[in-house]
Amino acid sequence: MELFIIFISAAVVNNFVLAYFLGICPFIGVSNKLSSASSMGMATTFVMVLTAIVSYLLYNFILVPFGLEFLQIPSFILVIASLVQFVEMVIKKISQPLYRALGIFLPLITTNCAILGLALFISMRDYNFIESVIFGVGAGAGFTLALVIMAGIREELELADVPKGFRGAPITLITAGILALAFMGFAGMI
Amino acid sequence: MKKQVTLWQDYFKGIWEINPAFKQILGTCPTLAVTATVENGIAMALATTFVLTFSSFIISLMRKLIPSQVRIASYIVVIATFVTIVDLVMKAQFPELSKSLGPFIPLIVVNCIILGRAEAFASKNGPLRSVLDALGNGTGFLIALVALSAIRELFGSRSVLGLQILPDTFEPMIVMILPAGAFITYGLLLGFSNTLAERKKRIAQEELVRKYKPVQKAGSEEIISQEA
Repeated sequence: MELFIIFISAAVVNNFVLAYFLGICPFIGVSNKLSSASSMGMATTFVMVLTAIVSYLLYNFILVPFGLEFLQIPSFILVIASLVQFVEMVIKKISQPLYRALGIFLPLITTNCAILGLALFISMRDYNFIESVIFGVGAGAGFTLALVIMAGIREELELADVPKGFRGAPITLITAGILALAFMGFAGMI
Repeated sequence: MKKQVTLWQDYFKGIWEINPAFKQILGTCPTLAVTATVENGIAMALATTFVLTFSSFIISLMRKLIPSQVRIASYIVVIATFVTIVDLVMKAQFPELSKSLGPFIPLIVVNCIILGRAEAFASKNGPLRSVLDALGNGTGFLIALVALSAIRELFGSRSVLGLQILPDTFEPMIVMILPAGAFITYGLLLGFSNTLAERKKRIAQEELVRKYKPVQKAGSEEIISQEA
């Protein structure tokens, strides 16, 4: 039950994009088309789960025992960067179609603050191993959900008559605001 | 080198011309996340400016030493160092502020403004210009955050910087403090600034057209008379 609450909390109630404002750049940048939005969501979820595992192990078995907590930020960011590079190479070797689908989005994930935010939340909230993994899956699911909904709305928005200055990012942000209002409805769930 | 840009311009362009929040649309995550109160907004902008200035300075000094293949990784290490400094200082000196900003101080590492300026400016220019550019962008970011957080705090809790401004009869709009208000306020501000820029451009263009029209007419008449 505890795990289920962590999952739901990360996915909808405290959605990374709409409640914590993490990962806004890809949220605005890649939400033009449904297909690319779902690819980006999948790639991010994948990296998030791996990051959750690796950052948990790194923090609890290397940084804490040696008293190196102050190195948290540089070590997390380096681990994430190398992890993304590693995932890219593995996917390239294993599955060409998947690589082609995710290809461009993988390097972008390194600078996605949602990933680093996830690692920091895990060390801040003292999750155990299973909880960290579930938290990673939930956060990834929530990110994908927000991205796909936004892409769906934006495909419709293309046809709308938006004032010239508001086209692109501004109207996307306003739409995201309305979406965030809708997601607030989940707040009573926990 | 065609360097005609004065030092002052290097500083000043960050404030409006390439304002990180309104023109480049970089660093949106902290822009939205910490602007519920003006105090948080100012703290965040100052922390970002500090990191931006020092990392720009260091990166600019080392720009000839860093091989271009590993430059992004090197920039990140430099930035992460300064972010750690800020994070630890904030935790020691302003524990409450650090708590209310939460993970957003460590997240300055992945703030695209800093990496963006490192890549676009500091890696190509000398230390003095890089520092000025960083300070300009930091000031621009500060202005944007203050504007956004002032609007949100004013309507969301009737006050600015803790001082009550609107009367008690004004019902606070709770939505402005919530995430939804951040998105909507930022979207509106961005839209208005775009509209303003668009109008300025149109007026400039019309002026240009007006300036050149008589010349064109005279020219065409000349041709006609020649043909005749």
